[in-house]
Amino acid sequence: MTYVIKGETGDWEVVIGLEVHCQVISKAKLFSGAATDFGAEPNTQVSLVDAAMPGMLPVINEECVRQAIKTGLGLKAQINTTSVFARKNYFYADLPQGYQISQFDQPIVGEGSIILDLEGGASREVGIERLHLEQDAGKSLHDQDPKRTFIDLNRTGVALMEIVSKPDMRSPEEAGAYLRKLRSIVRYLETCDGNMDQGSMRCDVNVSVRPAGSTELRTRAETKNVNSVRFVMQAIEHEAERQVGIYENGGEVVQETRLFDAQKGVTRSMRSKEHAHDYRYFPDPDLLPLTFPQSLVDEIQSSMPELPDERKARYVGDFGLSPYDAGVLVQEKDTASYFEAVANGRDAKLAANWVINNLFGVLAGRGVDITNSPVSAEHLGELIDLISDDTISGKIAKDVFDIMLETGDAPGKIVEDKGLKQITDTGAIEAAVDAAIAAGAAQVEQYRGGNEKILGWFVGQVMKATQGKANPGQVNKLLKDKLDT
Amino acid sequence: MSLDKDTVKNIAYLARIRVDDEKLEPLAGELSSILDWIEQLQELDTDGVPPMASVAAMKLPQRKDVVTDGNCRDAVLKNAPDPEDGFYTVPKVVE
Repeated sequence: MTYVIKGETGDWEVVIGLEVHCQVISKAKLFSGAATDFGAEPNTQVSLVDAAMPGMLPVINEECVRQAIKTGLGLKAQINTTSVFARKNYFYADLPQGYQISQFDQPIVGEGSIILDLEGGASREVGIERLHLEQDAGKSLHDQDPKRTFIDLNRTGVALMEIVSKPDMRSPEEAGAYLRKLRSIVRYLETCDGNMDQGSMRCDVNVSVRPAGSTELRTRAETKNVNSVRFVMQAIEHEAERQVGIYENGGEVVQETRLFDAQKGVTRSMRSKEHAHDYRYFPDPDLLPLTFPQSLVDEIQSSMPELPDERKARYVGDFGLSPYDAGVLVQEKDTASYFEAVANGRDAKLAANWVINNLFGVLAGRGVDITNSPVSAEHLGELIDLISDDTISGKIAKDVFDIMLETGDAPGKIVEDKGLKQITDTGAIEAAVDAAIAAGAAQVEQYRGGNEKILGWFVGQVMKATQGKANPGQVNKLLKDKLDT
Repeated sequence: MSLDKDTVKNIAYLARIRVDDEKLEPLAGELSSILDWIEQLQELDTDGVPPMASVAAMKLPQRKDVVTDGNCRDAVLKNAPDPEDGFYTVPKVVE
């Protein structure tokens, strides 16, 4: 599906690259022994290193290095066994050092790729440019006082992985799919919790536009810190429209940093700065180059968990699921585990249908995730067994499912207590079929006159007489047999 | 390499050092001569020579992922001019 902006001078396409900051899961910070827990009392997780007291020296946390390597491997990327930390200099209240320790021309992870799962089961590969390790900054609170900003340095120095894509995306949907997939991968790897609302995953969006079909790369604008998938898509839509408007009015897009206003759904220029950013990167003299043996990479590689793409391929290959359904189920590791518990030893397609078409709606409606599902995987599996062995029909199963939601009871018990067992006794069904035919002389005429749709009326009568418990297959067959003779 | 007055002014700004206007010109001269002196290094042929990160033959030391520090808010805030409720406070910065 091509995303095109219809301008007055013709069609335009959008070129998108994303820079995603992922907070690394580790107990201590990247260069200090202070804790990383979210939501602690202000400035209680700050060491003198984080506060940038004179003479303090950074010492790197080996776990953060392992997490970056692991993430790099998950992105099928090149791992650089030698990389260099550099100082990115800027002056801001939430950055006590006056510089951020980051990586510049020699990052720990180089080029890789990520596969996007798109609408309708299609997929597309997007390039990863690099992944580097860097320090997070502190948090500013602007609403505590009319004249002052309050600063909490708890987040200062927490390890971030900045993951930079190539400018390979061409629509807001693709950018959304990229973020979802990246989040899924880091969650599977347990290298980042991916919580955009807590800020442990944040996104900078680079957007430029060009006439459709052209291959040039025009000047891009960067929108900083867009913090949900939906907002990223909105920011791209708005930014693309804005840039097309500028070109079509004879203007030029300027390279600048913009902010996304979530309330209005628009991007706006950051208050223009007297001085453009001049980061003056240079190798950090406090830190030697980061080196590790290839054997460390191999060891991490050998302990990698199954990733969403591999799991999806398994669901398609072994279970016969559609790529779309498989993609939906593997996106969250917890969902995939739940589905596998339901599907284990059962009809996997039926299991997938129940999870996707019935359970997901309930979870969304109640605003809970699958780990708090009101129906356990065990119970849902049991329900599927009852359908598979013809104890209940698919239609009755939906009623049983509703009761399970209310009571939390096992489906077998519900079927027993409410007498919902399917009637498969041919004699009983035949009696109901005969009664329906006897009661519907007019409808029999219509059917024999060629109106096959009227068959539904007979099915309805039989179901009514049996409280929906007659096996629908048998009802249909018996009706046809009798009416066609 | 010769620096002009405006460049020196910008360097001072980036370093957050206040320099009076009349000192910019002499400073430009001094900084230029320092850079000229350093520039002699350009005469060396360094093709194929890897950058030296340290004079000592050592590797980057690494720490275990263990919480060993922090929880010293009083010490951290001790030099802060106007702390409140455990926060640093600074003149309002809003983008």
